[in-house]
Amino acid sequence: MITVSNLTHRIAGKDILHDISLQIPKGQITALIGPNGAGKSTLLSAIARLTPHQTGQIMVDELEVGTSASNTLAKRLSILPQVPEIAPRLSVAELIGFGRYPYHKGHPTKVDRQKTDEAIVLFELDELHSRPLDTLSGGQKQRALLAMTYAQDTEYMLLDEPLNNLDISTSRSLMQLLRRLAETRGRTVVIVLHDINYACSYADRIVTMKDGRIGRCGAPAKIVDAGMLQHVFSTQAEVHIVNGRPLIEV
Amino acid sequence: MPGKRLVIMTGLMAVCMVFHMTLGTRGSWDFVLPFRGTKLAALLLVAVAVSTSTLLFQTVARNRILTPSIMGFDALYVLIVTLSVFAIGAQSYGTLPPMVQFFLSLAIMVAASMLLFGTLLLHRKEDIVRMILTGIILGVLFRAVNSFVMRMIDPNEYSVIQTSSYARFSRIETDLLGISAVLVLITLALVWRMRHRLDVLALGREAAINLGEDPRRDTVQILLLIAVLVSVSTAFVGPVAFLGLLVTSLTHVITPTAHHAILLPSAALISAIALIGGQTLLEHGLALSTPLAVVIDSFGGILFLFLILKRART
Ligand SMILES: Nc1ncnc2c1ncn2[C@@H]1O[C@H](COP(=O)(O)OP(=O)(O)OP(=O)(O)O)[C@@H](O)[C@H]1O
Ligand SMILES: [Mg+2]
Repeated sequence: MITVSNLTHRIAGKDILHDISLQIPKGQITALIGPNGAGKSTLLSAIARLTPHQTGQIMVDELEVGTSASNTLAKRLSILPQVPEIAPRLSVAELIGFGRYPYHKGHPTKVDRQKTDEAIVLFELDELHSRPLDTLSGGQKQRALLAMTYAQDTEYMLLDEPLNNLDISTSRSLMQLLRRLAETRGRTVVIVLHDINYACSYADRIVTMKDGRIGRCGAPAKIVDAGMLQHVFSTQAEVHIVNGRPLIEV
Repeated sequence: MPGKRLVIMTGLMAVCMVFHMTLGTRGSWDFVLPFRGTKLAALLLVAVAVSTSTLLFQTVARNRILTPSIMGFDALYVLIVTLSVFAIGAQSYGTLPPMVQFFLSLAIMVAASMLLFGTLLLHRKEDIVRMILTGIILGVLFRAVNSFVMRMIDPNEYSVIQTSSYARFSRIETDLLGISAVLVLITLALVWRMRHRLDVLALGREAAINLGEDPRRDTVQILLLIAVLVSVSTAFVGPVAFLGLLVTSLTHVITPTAHHAILLPSAALISAIALIGGQTLLEHGLALSTPLAVVIDSFGGILFLFLILKRART
């Protein structure tokens, strides 16, 4: 379980995250939704120690973020940032190989190579595997980055808008893969999604965010309705129930 | 493939070294061998120090145009020497053993570069133009203050420091060779131990943290190593503006890889070939009076312009 307590993050006198307390249960997909600028990426960055948090406490199981050894956390939790910096000349296979670095520290073993190959196959990167990253299309690049995160093989995965640039088939395969990981391997996924229909279809739980605060949280069927969309996103959209799941008209 | 190229370059370097030791020798071998051998060792040290410090800097700065000398590291070292002479007085400074002189400058250099470049790198905005400008301004500033202080020093005592302010490969002071060799070897050993960590750092701050490294701590450590390497090379041959850039650019062409386990030796070999081969060629082959530093800086300068223009267009 990830437990965030009383997390406040202030930049230049402005509260970006305002006294956030949140529990993210294990073995589930939690979708984080909210308008642009709500603080979703900032929250994920804080949990993944990319931005040191100023006040409050973040625990990943028994590991406290900020005091636990970074390498221990790297084997427990991985993040795919919204706009990852990448080394443009790296090949796809090299990039994915780096996902194993927390385990092998530069001396890859057979297991590491197996995991890397598995990720390459899973994300259908076989044909691209020796291509430099800067020659890939947007979606191919995103797939390579996802494969690296997958190869890191951590219990917790934080994915910031991973569907960016992905076509519908790749998006659906990714979400199905995440479901399998959650259900069969007990993996915990926190995923920022802008397409709430994806959140409704694949997430166990939705956490809404607005203006640096956490709003309503719960199962998609419980919380997604016209009122929530109006309140969180200030947009009027109709919500239908199809096969017991909310479906938002766009 | 990079392995094969490393072998070829090692061979090439060996040839350069043999030529350096034997070409145009006059007089007894008893004299020539130790004389040229010391110079060769010094050139080798400088070559490796420059290539390694440049690679390290480019990795932490995540940029292939900036180098320690473009950022003003060696200008800073020269300034520190001049300031020490000014503060202590040339007469008393001259009586200090070279070892003490060197370690004094080295200690100040490490502290000053941590302060300056540490702040610059750790609070870096991903704005390359600003970094280049800052570096150039720092370099100009250090050189300006340096010549200002030199003017305030008694002209009779001027010669003590004048030599340290210009690049030179033909006359190398070798008093410090032993201790410098030890320092550089220790530094290189530490760099070699970091080689995989350097690969990860090159991915960027967030990726490095995600993979369990601490870019802040690593940047500080690497700056320290750079300061030592730059101090040694500047103490030997003075500031060389564009050698590092030339060497690392060639390295990325000859051995294109992200692995420092290959980049580090490759750059060191290229640097050694350029310095030893170039110096031998100029001294004995062409009997030219053009100093090697001028040749290297001309080529390197053109390359720098080219890289900046290419970047400006994309
Ligand atoms: N370095 C910074 N300086 C100033 N403001 C910042 C900084 N970083 C983030 N912010 C502000 O913090 C707020 C939250 O940003 P964040 O990136 O977390 O939003 P988000 O919910 O991920 O939005 P999006 O859906 O657009 O990705 C925004 O208003 C943003 O402008
Ligand atoms: Mg975001």
